[in-house]
Amino acid sequence: MKRMSWFNVTSLTLGFAFLYLPMLVLIFYSFNASKLVTVWAGFSTRWYGELLQNEAFLDAAWVTLKVAVISSSIATVLGTMAAYVLVRGGRFLGRTLFSGMIYAPLVMPEVITGLSLLLLFIGIGLDRGVLTIVLAHTTFSMCYVSVVVSSRLVSFDRSLEEAALDLGSTPFEAFRLVTLPIIAPAVISGWLLAFTLSLDDLVIASFTAGPAATTLPIKIFSAVRLGVSPEINALSTIMILIVTVGVVTASLVSKRNALRAQNEVQAAERAAA
Amino acid sequence: MKRATLILVPYLWLLVLFLAPFLIVLKISLSDAALAIPPYTPTLKDGIGALIAELDFENFIFLTEDDLYWKAYLSSLRIAVISTLLTLLVGYPIAYGMARAPDEWRATLMMLVILPFWTSFLIRVYAWMGILSNEGLLNQLLIWLGLINDPLTILNTNTAVYIGIVYTYLPFMILPIYAALDRLDSSLDEAAQDLGCTRMQAFWLVTIPLSRNGIVAGSFLVFIPALGEFVIPSLLGGSGTLMIGKVLWEEFFNNRDWPVASAVAVILLLILVIPIVLFQRNQQKQQEAEQ
Repeated sequence: MKRMSWFNVTSLTLGFAFLYLPMLVLIFYSFNASKLVTVWAGFSTRWYGELLQNEAFLDAAWVTLKVAVISSSIATVLGTMAAYVLVRGGRFLGRTLFSGMIYAPLVMPEVITGLSLLLLFIGIGLDRGVLTIVLAHTTFSMCYVSVVVSSRLVSFDRSLEEAALDLGSTPFEAFRLVTLPIIAPAVISGWLLAFTLSLDDLVIASFTAGPAATTLPIKIFSAVRLGVSPEINALSTIMILIVTVGVVTASLVSKRNALRAQNEVQAAERAAA
Repeated sequence: MKRATLILVPYLWLLVLFLAPFLIVLKISLSDAALAIPPYTPTLKDGIGALIAELDFENFIFLTEDDLYWKAYLSSLRIAVISTLLTLLVGYPIAYGMARAPDEWRATLMMLVILPFWTSFLIRVYAWMGILSNEGLLNQLLIWLGLINDPLTILNTNTAVYIGIVYTYLPFMILPIYAALDRLDSSLDEAAQDLGCTRMQAFWLVTIPLSRNGIVAGSFLVFIPALGEFVIPSLLGGSGTLMIGKVLWEEFFNNRDWPVASAVAVILLLILVIPIVLFQRNQQKQQEAEQ
């Protein structure tokens, strides 16, 4: 094992301390008994209890979850279709415009996306609520899905699809039985990405949400504008915890799958030899 | 599924929900403000001829006359440039350390960089409010250490905005630089040192130029979103922090001046076109180099 220089060890330590200390401080103070966030007054889970009593937050959390599940699912279907068209679709009229529209939302400032969608919804007389947030989130997150899925599609061997077609399956069967299982990891990570983007979005949701539907980030934003509060610290801690468990599990699962695939390849090679 | 359906469904979706809204912004930026709901005079109802006759650049002229907007654009550019450079300064050593770390650590280090990216952006910005405030942890620490007697005002200044941008966009800088350094053959560095370079010289003359693509990609990935940023200046910045994303928001929600908000959006996009095109060219060059 090569030894790391002092410089590298220091820069990694400081770098990761910078990345993680603010979040650890936040978690630490969520267990503070005092209402004053910066004065430590003993351990308490009081703010978690109050959070569970706060119906406005619970309602907003429910709306956010609903929007995230629906929009990321539609976005995954649309984004996978778009990726398939871009990678396998060949030439068609307006292809440049299409790929432009796939990549543009990735770099578009959120304030502009939000403003433009709001003006559209008002223009066609659509009342703002859950539906408009879903439409908005689906539109920007389908582009992320399509980028993730198309990078997988590019790298996979097309002859597998052709073999299925030669053996008599219809194009749809070939897609369902051959292509989909191979790109499935990318489709799943696309869905997860779309889901977290939707959960997290404040700016676009603020433009497209109406009085009837408020999402959690909008609620958090209006609360923290007034300053730091222990209740928000507790809420943040729960959210950080969920994400951490999710990411760690996902990376462990993918590591295990990679190991298993490696073992299978080795076993096959042994059998062949 | 027919090929045509496959193309048409996502295509139409984007036409209706991405391109059309954008054209509406363009159109409204060229119409008059009116005290109504929606608060602008629609200009499409009398057909194209009347539309063209009615177009006016009043809102854009207004933007050039009121120096608030000029200052906001310039100050956004300055904040975005400075914070991109700071992110590079902070991110490069981390990426370098990761690339030189033992192989068995790399997957874990990678996950540690990606994890904050999945964590709520809003929460990560909020975390700094408690640290940077006058009674916050940083000031408590500095006073306890005896370095200062009175708390420093950091929250609600541009300094806090820089810290916020560096913190939230750091993974975007680290990942492309790490990818570039990871591909780099370390024997090149050794060769330079064998040929008489000091370690510093080898770093400046070999490592930095060979990781150029990663540096450029990372810088654009930080600069482009930082320019239109809204959450960070509004939570960490003060009344003196002028950023165009915040101006657009206030123009729209507080002043309810939709045509001016739309004109602000159109100009912001025009400014962004340059870095976006440069970024795409860099990515293309990199792809070609790999093939």
